[in-house]
Amino acid sequence: MKQNPLDYIIPESEVVRNITRCVNCRICEKQCPNEVHKFNEKLNCMTADESLCVNCQRCVATCPAHALKIQKNECAFRENHNWKSDNIKEIYKQARTGGVLLSSMGNPNKFPVYFDRILINASQVTNPSVDPLREPMETRVFLGKKPGEIRRDPDGNIIPELPVHLELSMPVMFSAMSYGSISYNAHKSLAAAAKELGIFYNTGEGGLHEDFYCYADNTVVQVASGRFGVHEKYLDSAAAIEIKMGQGAKPGIGGHLPGTKIIGDVSATRMIPEGSDAISPAPHHDIYSIEDLRQLVYSLKEATQYKKPIIVKVAAVHNIAAIAAGIARSGADIIAIDGFRGGTGAAPTRIRDNVGIPIELALAAVDTRLREEGTRNNVSLIVGGSIRSAADVVKAIALGADACYIATAALIALGCHLCRTCGSGKCSWGIATADLVKRLDPEEGARRLVNLMRAWKHEIKEMMGGMGINSIEALCGNRLMLRGVNLTEKELEILGIYHAGE
Amino acid sequence: MIINSQGLDPREINELIRTAKEKSIVLNNCLGQRFIGSGLGKKEISINGIPGNALGAYLNGASITVNGNAQDAVGDTMDSGEIVIHGSAGDAAGYSMRGGEIYIKNNAGYRAGVHMKEYKQKKPVIVIGGRAGSFLGEYQAGGIIIVLGLNSDGRPIVSNFPCTGMHGGKMILRGELPSIHFPHQTTSHTADENDFAQFAPFIKKYCNYFGADYEKLINDKYTVITPDSKNPYKQMYVSN
Repeated sequence: MKQNPLDYIIPESEVVRNITRCVNCRICEKQCPNEVHKFNEKLNCMTADESLCVNCQRCVATCPAHALKIQKNECAFRENHNWKSDNIKEIYKQARTGGVLLSSMGNPNKFPVYFDRILINASQVTNPSVDPLREPMETRVFLGKKPGEIRRDPDGNIIPELPVHLELSMPVMFSAMSYGSISYNAHKSLAAAAKELGIFYNTGEGGLHEDFYCYADNTVVQVASGRFGVHEKYLDSAAAIEIKMGQGAKPGIGGHLPGTKIIGDVSATRMIPEGSDAISPAPHHDIYSIEDLRQLVYSLKEATQYKKPIIVKVAAVHNIAAIAAGIARSGADIIAIDGFRGGTGAAPTRIRDNVGIPIELALAAVDTRLREEGTRNNVSLIVGGSIRSAADVVKAIALGADACYIATAALIALGCHLCRTCGSGKCSWGIATADLVKRLDPEEGARRLVNLMRAWKHEIKEMMGGMGINSIEALCGNRLMLRGVNLTEKELEILGIYHAGE
Repeated sequence: MIINSQGLDPREINELIRTAKEKSIVLNNCLGQRFIGSGLGKKEISINGIPGNALGAYLNGASITVNGNAQDAVGDTMDSGEIVIHGSAGDAAGYSMRGGEIYIKNNAGYRAGVHMKEYKQKKPVIVIGGRAGSFLGEYQAGGIIIVLGLNSDGRPIVSNFPCTGMHGGKMILRGELPSIHFPHQTTSHTADENDFAQFAPFIKKYCNYFGADYEKLINDKYTVITPDSKNPYKQMYVSN
C-alpha cells in the first residue's frame, strides 16, 4: 500500500547499530514487541524500522554484543519556540484520525518541580544531629483519625481506643495501579514487597485477583465510579478501602480500559465479559456533594462493620483546600491527594498536560486549611504524583503529609524505562502488558522494590537525623525544616516556608 | 425478630440485624435510616416505614421488602439477593449492581440501573412498574432493566436520555415507542419470542409481588434496546 507522505511522522528515536559488534544473533528482534528489528536475509544483516520504535531500551539492555544505541533522532520538524515538534506531530495525528490524543505516564512538560526548589535543614553546633546507625529512629506512621482525647480506667491505665488505622513501617505506599493496566506479575511484585516491608499496595479500580487475597493485610482496595470487581471478598481482602474520586493525571474525567485488554483473568477480576470496555464514568453518579460522599463512605463502613479505614483519593485541583476541608468532615479517615504529575496507563493528552496543580502547593494548602479549621487530626494525608526519591518524601512530610504514594518510581524499580507507551499493551519489560508478563519475575520484582524502599528508608533516617529529629511524626508539617530557592513571595506564602537565607 | 427502629441510628440497626439469630427480621417505624442491610448475607428483612439512602448497598444474598417508598441508591453495587419495594424508589437505584434482583412497584428516579454490569451467570435485573426518570440505564454494561409504564399520571415511560453510554445488557420497555430517542450506539427492536422467554419470568414475579395482571401485561408489545458495540468509544482515541 502506498503511504500518504502526510501520515509519516518523523520518528523520535534513531536506532544506531554498531555493525562491527553486531553478530546477527537476532535477540533484538525477539525482544522487541514493536517489531522494530528485522533480519534481512539478502543483505545478511539486521535492519531497523525506527518509526515503530518507542525507545524502551529493551534491545539495548539485552544485546549481548552491546551493539545498539537508541538516540534522539536528529531528523526533526522545523521547530520554533512556539510550534514545537510535539505540537506539529499531534496536529498531524488528529488531522489523520479525528481522534482524542491519548498518552501514558505523567505530565512531562516544563512546569516547575517545587520539590527541586525546596531544601532541607540540618543541625549545626546549637542542636545535635542524630546518627541513625547508632541511635533508634522511628519511621513508623499510623494513618487514620487521631484520637481527640486520652481516657484512663480507674487504675489510671490508658484505655486503648485507637480509631481504625493503617500501620506503616515507613511513610511510603504503592499507589493504585489496576490489574489490567499492569500485569499479574507486576501486581504480585508489589503485593509481596508491601508484605515484606510492612507497608501497603493498592489494587486500583480493576478488582483483586483471587491469588492475591493472601496479601489482604497489606492491601488497599479501590472503589471507583465503575465499581469493578467490588464484592464481599474484595472488601474483606483489604486493610483499607480507597474511594477513587479523581486521579492526578486526569482530574475531572473517568477511566477507560479498552476491551482489547479485558481478556482472561483481567475480565474475571473486573467481573465484566471479555472484550467489553471497562468504563469508569467521570463522576460517581451518586456523589454530587460532600454529603453524598459521606454516604458512600458510611455505606462502605457499614458493609465492613467499621473495621477498615476509608481513604478518599482526589486529584490536586484549584480549590483542593476547600475540597479537602469537606472530605475531612465526610467521615473519611484518610485523604489521598494526587498531583498533576501523577502517572497513568492512559489519559487524554490535553487533560494530562493541562489540568490540575502541583502536589507541593496542593499539599501545603490542604495542610494549612485543615489546621486552621481544627480538622487536621480528623484525617491523615497521603500525597503522590510525583514522588521520585527519599528527599521528595522528606519534603512532602515536612510540608504536612503523613505518608506518600509512589507508583512510577515503583514501576521503574521493576524495570520500567519510561518509554511512555503503557497504553499500547506491548510493554517490553513485562509490566504494562498481558503478553510479555513472563519478562518480569515477581520474586525479583519484589526484591527490587524491597531494596528501593530499604534504601529510601535509610536515606529518610539520615535526613531526619541530620535535622535532629528521631521520629518521622515529629517531621510531619514541620515546615521550619524547609527553605525555598528561586521561589516568588506568593509561592513561599502558599508553601508556608521561608526563602533560603531567611 | 422485630426491631423498633425508632431512635436507632443505622449502625445500631445493622448491628441488631447482623447479630440476630433469626433469619427473618421485621423493622418497624423506619424513618430515613441509611445503609440498612449494607453488605448483608442471607437474611430476610421486612421494613415498615421509609428506609433512607443506600438501602441494601453491596447486598450479599439478603432479601429486603420495603412496605413503602425507598430513597436514593437502593442496591448500590449489590452482588446478590433481592429488594422488593412496595412504592417508588429515588435516584440511582441499582447503581453498578452486578447480581440479584430489584422490583419497584411504582416509579424510579434518575439514573436507575446506571452502570449495571454482568459477568457469566451473574445477571442483575431491575423491574420498574411505573415510569423511570432521565438517564435510565446510563453506561449500562450488563443485566436487564424492565420498565412497565403502569403509572397513571400520563407521563412518559422514561424521561430523557435513556441508554446513554450503554455498552452491554438489555433494556426492555413496555409498548412500541417510536417517539423515544435512543443514542446512536444502540439498536431497538420489538420483542420477539426469545426476548419474551428471557424477560417474562421477571414480569411474572413482579405481578406476584404487586398483584398486577400478568396475562394482560404479557400480551402487550415490548421494545428491546441493546448496544451495538461493547466498545462504544473505541474510535474516539489516537495514541500519542
